[in-house]
This record gives sequence, structure tokens and C-alpha cells, in this order.
Amino acid sequence: MDQLLQQLLNGLSLGSIYALIALGYTMVYGIIKLINFAHGDIYMLGAYIGFAAITFAHLSFIPALLISMAACAVLGMVIEKIAYKPLRHASRIAVLITAIGVSFFLEYTTMFFVGATPRAFPQVLGSQFFNIGNVVISMQQIYIIVVTVILMFMLQFIVHKTKTGKAMRAVSIDQDAAQLMGIKVDSTISFTFAIGSALAGAAGILVGIYYNTINPLMGMTPGIKAFVAAVFGGIGNIPGAMVGGVSIGMIETLVAGYGSSMYKDAVVYLILILVLLIKPSGLLGKNTREKV
Amino acid sequence: MILDIIKRNSVFTLSLILTFVVVQLMLFTGILNDYYMSAIVLICINVILGVSLNLVVGFTGQFSLGHAGFMSVGAYVCAIINMQMDSTAGFLLGIFAGAVIAALVGVLIGIPTLRLRGDYLAIATLGTAEIIRILFLNLDITNGAVGLNGIPQYTNWPWLFIFTALTIICIRNFINSSHGRTCISIREDEIAAESMGINTTKYKVMAFAIGAFFAGIAGGLYASYFYFLKPDIFGFMKSIDILVIVVLGGLGSISGSIIAGIFLAIVTTYLQQFAAVRMIIYSLVLIIVMIFRPQGLMGNKEFSMKFFKSFGKKENSWLARKRNAKIKS
Repeated sequence: MDQLLQQLLNGLSLGSIYALIALGYTMVYGIIKLINFAHGDIYMLGAYIGFAAITFAHLSFIPALLISMAACAVLGMVIEKIAYKPLRHASRIAVLITAIGVSFFLEYTTMFFVGATPRAFPQVLGSQFFNIGNVVISMQQIYIIVVTVILMFMLQFIVHKTKTGKAMRAVSIDQDAAQLMGIKVDSTISFTFAIGSALAGAAGILVGIYYNTINPLMGMTPGIKAFVAAVFGGIGNIPGAMVGGVSIGMIETLVAGYGSSMYKDAVVYLILILVLLIKPSGLLGKNTREKV
Repeated sequence: MILDIIKRNSVFTLSLILTFVVVQLMLFTGILNDYYMSAIVLICINVILGVSLNLVVGFTGQFSLGHAGFMSVGAYVCAIINMQMDSTAGFLLGIFAGAVIAALVGVLIGIPTLRLRGDYLAIATLGTAEIIRILFLNLDITNGAVGLNGIPQYTNWPWLFIFTALTIICIRNFINSSHGRTCISIREDEIAAESMGINTTKYKVMAFAIGAFFAGIAGGLYASYFYFLKPDIFGFMKSIDILVIVVLGGLGSISGSIIAGIFLAIVTTYLQQFAAVRMIIYSLVLIIVMIFRPQGLMGNKEFSMKFFKSFGKKENSWLARKRNAKIKS
């Protein structure tokens, strides 16, 4: 029982990180129907920016987190402007290839400048442990969960209570109609990229703290898994991404804990395929009828 | 009858024979050394993979991101058989068995996943390819993460040429057959095709299985040239590489895939000496081509004599328009 609780807690912290990345995927997909493969690499850059802020500028955790989020937001907007905006009306496969190109570009440019060797992320949060019953929770895990919850509440507030959020929802439902209502579609898309990238940046710095090590290719696998999480919860659906992220994190730790850690990725993909076959719109997604 | 077919495809047949003879002579006289030979192997494998994926993505319109999975099935089956039977017969048996098993895996994966569309299909095929890779990583017969070592080398230029030409001819003829037309109609409008009484699932699975079959052949050739195999070669990146060949060449253009396959193999081989910036240049080429020519190098046109003729016509009409404009002003 204790072991199960412990695994679930570890799964929750890992899942929170997946959920943060998945939110960016799901928002961008919801608004321009693009699988933004470069998203995982923005998360990697977030980790490196946080690393630089802590190591070279000697900042503490919160300022480093804010700097990394701001820098990633700007980066996301720049990428959208340069690479995706000229292809707004091109075929989706062309945009997808561009996204893959951007992803490679970010990975290998980073590798060119910082080297391929992994770096140790500085321990800014100390290494305290708390015992609740027989379950051990570390300071890092508390921070990860708290930061994720705060960011998710902020996101829900932005999407549902502000004018920009309303514009985002409108554009995701019908871009042309939104434009006719006087919504600036381009700046709304830009803003969506900024928010999604900021969340990825936060996830990057949190993962650096959790695993203590970062490298230029760290974004690939979590990027794909976060996308799986977004599909699992229902792509284009914000609460779905949170649920999907946490479930994928928990499934992964449970498989690693009770089965074989070699098969944990395979189980994640298998579940993805089963979800797609049984309920293609995801757990919380709405079924849309196909119109001829 | 055979003469008739050759006569009809005279340009195609001639260019095939010419390619074979020229490369064979250059290898014979030693103009092309081992370094170039590995580039040629890469070109042939790229072309087989690109053309076979083009059948699935470009002609049938099913967005698959799992081609490397089928390639790995072919590679491992061929390697295992060839290591047991160290002879040319073993090599051919391995390639054939690998291709058949890859096609069977394609049918097995295709039947459930091809009900999905667009991005969902892409992500599902990506998932299945990753599952195949993880299985190879954990099985005993594939020697896990260490991989298979010391696979006998039987891949040489004549075999490469035969299999590449076979792939191109088979897929070209398939597309020009009634089955191929059906696949194209599914790409154009799946619902319309279905309402015309086409069993869309059957044809989608057929295209998928044929694509997987040839990907298996490419895998076998790969295994038999590069001595060793490990599951990491066939990861998500490899599937992306193959998709890039197809999109760069143009969806629905076999000659586009051939050109892009050759081009990318040469670029990869040439950039090998600049390892640090190789992937940066590669990614920039990708982004720039997609921004300025999103339909790929060839669009959906084929490179043939007709292409030149229509090109000439376009040139003429353009000149004519220019002349008219001049007269008007």
C-alpha cells in the first residue's frame, strides 16, 4: 500500500511536468491544428536558460523560473513568426515538416553552443525529505506540484476570464468567423504560442531540478510523451491535457515500479493506440460529427 | 509482348540500363571507392524507402510516421536468417522473408490504425513503430540494446540496383493500375470514394502493406551492408528522415522521391565531415524548402518526356502573354 502511494506520488510529480508540456501542445493544436514538434525543444531551452540564470547570475529558484518562462515565451513567438506564419495556408504536412525542422534546428544549435555532454543542474531547493506516514516526499516534488497547480489556475483564469482568452477560444472554434468579429487572429495565435512556450519553459526548469541533469536532446522523448498525454486527454482541451499528463506520468511510474522499466514507453504508446481506437477524441474530448 | 512493354517505356528502360552500366563501370575502374559506395548504398535505400512511403502518404493520403518500424522488421529478419545461412541464397531468402514479415506486420498494424485519420493516424503509427523498436530492444533473438554484430555482407551494386529498380517498377505499375487509381481516389476524397462503393479500408491496408513490404527490403539491404544492427537506428528520427524524403520530393511524385532520396543521401554523406553543423544545415534546408516550396521539389508531377513538353508549353504561353502585354502597353 505504502509502495503504491509512493509510486503514485512520484507519478504525480512526473505527470505534472508532462501536463505542463502537454498544455502547450494542446493549445497550439487547438488553435492552428499543428503538432508543434519544436515544443519539446522549447522545454529543453527553458531548462538551459534556467541553468544559466542559476549558475551564472546566481539567482534563486523563483526569479530563474520567471526568467526562463519569459525567455521561452519570446522564443515561441519568434518561432511562430519566422517559421509557421508564412505557412498559415499551406498543407498541414508541410507545416509539420517545418516544425520538425525547427525542432532539429533548436536541438543541434544548442548542442553546437553548449556541447553534447549532459550538465548537472544546480541544487537550488536543497535536498530535504518529509515523511508522511511511510511515504517520502522531497522538497523538489512539493515545488513541482505547487508550481504546476498555480500555473494551471493562472492558465484557466487567462483562458476563461480575460478578453485575450476569449479571443483564443473564438479563434480555435472558427478562425474566419473570429476575424470577421474583429479579433486579431495573428496576435492571438502569437499569444497562444507565448503562453504554451512559457509553460514548457517552466516544465524545463522543474525537470532540471527533479532529475538534476539536462542535455540538448532531453526534449525529444518527453515532447512525444506529452503529445501522447494531450491526445490521451483529448487534444485541444485544456483540462484534458492536465488529466492526460498526470495519467501518463502515473502509468509510467507504475509500469516501471511493478513491471519492467524497459517496457514503460511501450505501455504508454499501447495505451495511446487503444485510446485512439476506442475513443478517438480522448478522455475529455467532445465527439465531433463529421460533415460531408 | 515484353518488347512492346519495353518500347512503351523506352526512356525509362534506357535510363535504368544506363544508370546500371555507368555505375558498374565506375566501380569496376575504381573511380568510385568505398566512400562513394556507401553513399550509393544510402541512395538506393533512401530511394526504396521514399518511393514506398510515397505510395502510402503521397498517393493514398495516409499520413504514416512509422516507416522505420517496418524497415527494422525487414532488417532484423534478414540479418537473423543470413547469419544462420551464410550464402547468397540465405541473403535472398532473408530479404524476401523480411519483406513478407514486414508486410504482415503492416497488415496487422494497418487494420486497426487505418480507421484513424490525419494527425491521429500519424501519432498512432509513430506509437506502433516505437513499440516495435522497444520489442527489439528487449528480445533475446535480437540481442537487445547491444544489437546484432557481424552480419555477412552480400549487398553489392547489382543487388541494390535490382531491388531499387524492382521497387520503382512495382510501385509505378501499382499506381497506374485500377488498384492504384482507387488509392488516389481515397486520397482525393475518402467519403466520395466510399460512396462510390470502394472498400476504403481494404485499399488503405493494401497500400500500407505494399509500403511495408518494400521498407522491409530496404531494411534487409541495410542490414546486409553495414554489418551491424541495433534498435536505436530505427527510432523516431529515421521515420522522420523517410517522411522528409517524400515531402521534399513532392507528395504523389515517384520521380520526386527518387530525386530527393539521392539529394539527401549526397547531402548527408557530404556533411559527414562537418559533424558539428551537419544537423543545423539539414534543418535549415528543411525549413527553407518548406517555406518557399511547400509542395516539394516536384509537386505531384512526374519527371518524364511529357514533363519537358508541358514545361515548354508553359514557357511559350508565358512568352505569348508577355508579348501580348507589350503590345497592349
